[in-house]
Order: sequence, then C-alpha cells, then structure tokens
Amino acid sequence: MTASAVSATAAGQQSAELEGQPKKHRTPTGKRLLNASLPVYTALLVIYMFLPIAVMIIFSFNDPQGRQNITWQGFTIQNYFDVWSRPDITGPMLNSLLIALGSTIVATILGTFIGLALTRYQFRGQTPVNLLIYVPMATPEVIMGASLLALWVSVDVARGMPTILIAHVMFCISFVVVTIRARISGFNRSLEEAAMDLGADSLTTFRKVTLPLIFPGILAAAMLSFALSIDDYVITSFVSGQTLTFPLWVYGASRLGMPPEVNVLGTLIFVTAVVAIVAQIWWARRRAKQDRLIVDRPPEFAPVLPRG
Amino acid sequence: MPRHLRWLTPYLFLIPGLLWLTIFFVIPMIVMASISLQEGSLGTGYTLTWNFGVYPEVINTYLPQFARSLVYAIIVTVATLVLGYPIAWTIANRGGRFKNILLLLVIMPFFTSFIIRTLAWKQILADNGFVLGTLKDFGILDPGAHVLASPLAVISGLTYNFLPFMILPLYVAIEKIDPKLTEAAMDLYASRTQAFRRVVLPLSMPGVFAGSLLVFIPAVGDFVNADILGSRDTTMIGNVIQRLFLQTNAYPEASALGFVLMAAVLVLVAIYAKVVGANELTAG
Repeated sequence: MTASAVSATAAGQQSAELEGQPKKHRTPTGKRLLNASLPVYTALLVIYMFLPIAVMIIFSFNDPQGRQNITWQGFTIQNYFDVWSRPDITGPMLNSLLIALGSTIVATILGTFIGLALTRYQFRGQTPVNLLIYVPMATPEVIMGASLLALWVSVDVARGMPTILIAHVMFCISFVVVTIRARISGFNRSLEEAAMDLGADSLTTFRKVTLPLIFPGILAAAMLSFALSIDDYVITSFVSGQTLTFPLWVYGASRLGMPPEVNVLGTLIFVTAVVAIVAQIWWARRRAKQDRLIVDRPPEFAPVLPRG
Repeated sequence: MPRHLRWLTPYLFLIPGLLWLTIFFVIPMIVMASISLQEGSLGTGYTLTWNFGVYPEVINTYLPQFARSLVYAIIVTVATLVLGYPIAWTIANRGGRFKNILLLLVIMPFFTSFIIRTLAWKQILADNGFVLGTLKDFGILDPGAHVLASPLAVISGLTYNFLPFMILPLYVAIEKIDPKLTEAAMDLYASRTQAFRRVVLPLSMPGVFAGSLLVFIPAVGDFVNADILGSRDTTMIGNVIQRLFLQTNAYPEASALGFVLMAAVLVLVAIYAKVVGANELTAG
C-alpha cells in the first residue's frame, strides 16, 4: 500500500468519526460521492477504450454473407483458417512485418548510440542535437510524409519498400533516443567506475556493465519502434508508391467493405502485442527481484545467482 | 582509440543517426519549401520562380479547412484533458499496486492498428449499428438520427485515438507530486477543492503542457479520422494536403499548405508555452 493510499484511508476514518458529531466541520457527502465515482469513471473509461477492440475481436468470428462485415450473422472460426490463403492480405502483412523488423533494427542501433552520446559525454553542440531529435516528434505526420515525397519527387526516386523503410527509421529514431535516455539517466554511474577501477578497459566495461544495465531500455525502445512502424499509415501513404503495407491495404479495402480476415489479423496483432508486453513486464519484474536478492543475501551466496 | 582522439567518441556515436535525420527530415523540409515557390506542372517540369504568391492563394482557398482543423484540434485537446485528468489522478493516487496494470489497460487498445480502431468506431456509430440501432429501437432516438459524417463523429474519433497521449504525461506529472504537499495544504485549512486548485493542479502543469502538445499536434494534421468518420463538410487541412500531393499532384500548392500548417503549429505552440509558462518542453 502506498503512502497516499494510507493517508486516504486515514482521512476516510477521520470523516467517519466526524459524522457522529453534531457540529460538522465540512459536509463529507461530496467527498464520498467523489471517492465512489472516480473508480467507476475509471472503469467506464477503460471499457470505452476497449470498445473498438471488442468489436474487432467479435467480428473476427462473424460469418458475413456479403462483402460487408457490419452486422452479426453467425459464429464461425473459419476466418482464422481462410486468412492464410488470401495472398492479397498476407502479402501486405508480410511487407509490414519486414519493414517493421528492418526499421526497428536500424533505428534502435542509431538511436541507442545517440542516447549514449547525449547521456555519457560532454560535447559542444548539445542544443542543435536536441533540436534535431525533438523537432521530428513535434511535427505533424502529414508534413513529414509530404516533405519526404517532395524529396523523392525532386530527385526522381521511385517509391517502394526502400523509401518506406527510410521514412520509418527516420520517425522511430527520436522515440528510441527518448526511451534510451530515460533509462540511462536512471542508473548509477559508479557501477561503471567500479568496473574501471577493477581494471576493465572501456570496451569490457561497456559490454559487461553498461550494456546489461541499459538493455531493458533498448528492448523497450525496439518494441516501441516496431509498434510505431507496423501501425504507420499517414507517412507510409505518401512514400509507398505501389507497395502495400497492412494499414494501407486495410484502408483501401474498407472502401469496398471489410472482409472478416482483416479483423482476424488485427486480433492476432493485438494478442501478440499483449503477450509481448506482459512477457517484458514479467521479465523486468523478475530481474528487479533478482537484483534485490543479490543485495539482500549474504555476499557468499550472491555469485551463485544467475544474472539475466 | 588513442587517448588524444577520445573527444571524438560522442561525435562518432552521433553522426550516423543525425545524418539520417538531416537527410530524411531536414533536407525534405528545405525541398518542400523550395517546391512551394516553384511553378510548372508534372509534365513540363518545375522551375523555381520565387512565387511567394502561392502562400496567400492557398491560405485564401483553404481557410475553411484550416479553421476547421484548428477548432477540431482545440476541442479534442480540451476534451482529452477533461476526460483524461480524473483518470490520471485516480491511477496515480488510488491505483495502489494496480497502477501499472491500470496504465497498461489504458494503452492496451493501442496495440491494434489505428486504422482498424477507427474503422471499428465507424461500425459502432453506424446508423443501424448497435449503439444508434438500439437507441432507435427503444424509441429514444429519432429513426433518422445519425452520428457518422458529422463533426461530432470526427471529433469523437480524434478524442478516442489521442486520449492516451494525454493520460500518460498527466499520470507521470501527478504521480510525482508528493502527497505530503496536499496534506500540508489541508492541515492549513485548505478545502479539498482549494488544495487541488492551488497545489495539485499547478504542480501537474508540466503534464498538462506535454499532454496538450502530444494531442494537439497529431490532431491538427490528422486526415484519417475525417476521412473514415467524416464527410465532405468535415474535411481537414491534412485531407487537403494528402489530396493535393497524392491525387492532383499539385506539388507547389501542397507544399505551401504543408509549410503554413507547420508554421501555424509552431506559432500556436510558442504562444501556448508563453501562456502556460512551462519550460518543460525541452527538459524532458
């Protein structure tokens, strides 16, 4: 229980005591109403957030008669088998996965190095570097897409997978830097100094101390990049040429009527993402617990524990 | 690396990433600026004529769409703030050990495609969908009532899609506030409302500021919600830019519009920063 929760219960008891007294300092009715309504409101909002997801999942099991998948016709799991024999859907999905994988790898590497430079080193020109990293995040996507298209048109480069990949790396870098930076600034520099004092050279220190410490940050940044890339519609629509990614395909198909297979893939992406996030949280918790064990236990047991 | 060259290390770390951002973010902006001042057509090619006249021209032609985008984005920012603040406060102060799970629940819907989510709203709000259909069956709504293709539908869609961008920074800011400060205010006979208004709210302003920017900027340039949930009468500036670039190939006009939008966003952000008085934008 947190300190604020303790104080909340304490305040609750106090107001309960006050109720019995004839002279009330302040009416607790409004307060009690607020206390009761906030959790209800939170629950309602969570339901609201999940409403479209629920619709997506439910209609992935629909058995529509025509092209439209809007009204409920009957339950089937056939869609989950049919989707794999629809190359018009799986092709764009594969493109999206390839682009997301490629841009995640490149953006994570480039962004991690920028993050390291910004947190570990003093150098001239921090302000323009920061500007270059933050301005893309403050730019509407439509402008990033439009300006990239302007570039490709003016140098006469055909649009396709490479231009999509370039664009995705570009908008992911800033998010990687911010994520890595938050992680690095949170850890204790003295651990690295200790390694250096014990005779490790800077490369060994980086490999054995720094990298394991910032690895959760790198992983989080990579997951964020992947999520941003696989879902991007706006920028991709400008630089895709004839290439279709999954969001582009869905958008185009929605004009003619969405087949339930779209809901199937949407559901599968959702489930995969949830599993990945839950696994990452579980892993981070386990690591944190291990770290605590190492501190708590008598020193002679510490080296026996496996390090993540 | 030799000791006397060690000062080079940070630059070596920075160069690849910054080069990427320069070539594929900064240079395209410059190219876009240059294209906006060119005249010609796709067939004959473009020549730079410093045609600044294109700017007043596009502003005059697309003023309604500009105004609409700004109004929608401001409404959406206020709506997400009003909807999101109580949630962020509740999770930060009442979440207990469920804090992370509650936060995860708020952002979880965003693990699905933005397009699919918006299409799902189209399905939910359809004239005979399960919300309007049910209300009509019970006679609560007029059988002719509809939500889709109205400004309300577009604003609701934008609000839904950008709400987590408001909740997360608000949560971070509120979570940081020491509960002892509120207790101190109450000990000094502040009412709960006063304690909130004079202590919690001012201390959470960095979150309000960051959240507003994270919502306003994507909302003002969005064209997906207006396209899927709106109609001809809800066209936003993003729709115009996309159409001019991808369908009519009117590159100079489209580039000029892009620039005006970018300038408008920067000016509004600067004014907002001045009014709110937050310096936290660059500190994060």
